[in-house]
Amino acid sequence: MSKYRADSEKVSPRVMIWAHALWEMKLLLRNGEQLLLMIIIPVGLLLALSMHHVQSLKPGQSSVDAAYPVVVSVSIIATCFTSLAIATGFERRAGALTFLATTPLSRARLIAGKILATAMIAALAIFIVSIIAVFLGWRASVWTLAGFGIAALAAIAFGAWALALSGAMRAEGVLAVSNAVFLVLIMFGGVIIPASSLPGGQALQLLPSAALASGLRATLDSHGTPGWAPLILAAWGLTGFLVARRTFKWQ
Amino acid sequence: MSEAALSVDRLVVSYGTKRAVDHASFTAGYGAVTAIIGPNGAGKTSTLDVCTGVQEATSGTVRVLGQAPGQQASRVGTMLQSGGLYPTAKPLEWLQYLAKLYPAPADPRQCLEQVGIDPASKTTTRRLSGGEQQRVKLAAALLVKPVILFLDEPTVGLDPVARRSLLDTIAAMRAEGVAIVLTTHYLPDVEELADMVHVMSAGAIVASGTIGELIGTERSMQFRGPMHLDLASLMDALPSGYAVAETQPGRYAVTGEPTPATLAAITAWCAQHGVMATELRIGTGSLEELLTDEVGQ
Repeated sequence: MSKYRADSEKVSPRVMIWAHALWEMKLLLRNGEQLLLMIIIPVGLLLALSMHHVQSLKPGQSSVDAAYPVVVSVSIIATCFTSLAIATGFERRAGALTFLATTPLSRARLIAGKILATAMIAALAIFIVSIIAVFLGWRASVWTLAGFGIAALAAIAFGAWALALSGAMRAEGVLAVSNAVFLVLIMFGGVIIPASSLPGGQALQLLPSAALASGLRATLDSHGTPGWAPLILAAWGLTGFLVARRTFKWQ
Repeated sequence: MSEAALSVDRLVVSYGTKRAVDHASFTAGYGAVTAIIGPNGAGKTSTLDVCTGVQEATSGTVRVLGQAPGQQASRVGTMLQSGGLYPTAKPLEWLQYLAKLYPAPADPRQCLEQVGIDPASKTTTRRLSGGEQQRVKLAAALLVKPVILFLDEPTVGLDPVARRSLLDTIAAMRAEGVAIVLTTHYLPDVEELADMVHVMSAGAIVASGTIGELIGTERSMQFRGPMHLDLASLMDALPSGYAVAETQPGRYAVTGEPTPATLAAITAWCAQHGVMATELRIGTGSLEELLTDEVGQ
């Protein structure tokens, strides 16, 4: 038996995940380009969609009511998927993560910490967008909390798939694929146009982007139940985490 | 302490069809410096990457402090050859973050001061010189207060003062019982520090031994000949007080005071047994010559 048995004074996984999340947040908030993608673009999009009637409105629905769920969806996908995937892809290429492989921070804790960090950044962006939306006339209801729950589930799901992608591909590939996926999901994944209005709408409802947008429309705009959206997003999150934990490479 | 700090047994590391490490086996002890030397692409870094948990082995067994790589991460210090730093982070904040991952870390400020980096520096790591980045990596390795320390090309980019300081640090840690495993191309470092040397070429360990065994000592004579000569017979032919060993297949070392009579006894024995002794040498060789011989560099 080894003299050096497993250390009984290990740092708890929760502390390590939180430490890594704070570390990631510190670096993300320092990066101006990332902040542009994560906060300024959603704010600009909300202002643009609210002030210009580009969407067809239901009776009694204001522009900001229609725009707010779309902007929150875009913000989550941009922050927790595209931005996280690109940043992680380039961190891997620079070898920044390699040293962490030698520390007690495991692959699963790294993934959890990264998802938590981007979820917190997304929450910050949504908070700012929400304040502006309120000024533009959007009103919260008791269902708003359910909407934020859906947003949190979506942040986990998109974050997990961002790391499944960026942990297995070269940085340049991650850059191309994550941007392409972002555009496809926004345009044809039920975000701008509801999945029910698109060809093959039933199948599209199973996409995480469609589940996110439909759940947010139901709770933040129509002030009703989110339907199957939480379950769909939870399934995407779980599978994404399992895939990422299996395929993520440190370098 | 009988168990080795590091045990590598028939390690194979493959990248697709390329085999980077080919059935390498060696051990490293506590309170000793074990050096792995060899040309570029010999498999040194791949071997260390498996030992430190960065890379998974294709096959074979690696035990670090008696357990699989990564299981004792809070006792293992690592200095990587490339990468391992966040370009936009300052040295102190990087070490302060890392300290949160370990149960009993050293003081990040002291670690940076120990390697000659100002803890108050506002410079991000991407703006540090190559040598300064090396020192930050070393500070991160020391943060663990390691029981075993892996150093991959630790003196690359260091100025002479920083290099001297690093070598002194390594020697001090060895004296405290830390197992140190390092790879390097800088052979004077190995000759100064290493207790055990493993020579790698094309993924395999092609020679192992102490410096004395590999290149001889001042009080020795070496020669090359056919493998597996009858050493007992050669011993009988020598005056008392000499030892004979086949240090590597076909390499022989006669340890003891070199004298004309001993030299004559060796050559006479070779003549009697039809052995064509080559490269007969008195005193030490050099690791550079050994590398040239073993890997054809």
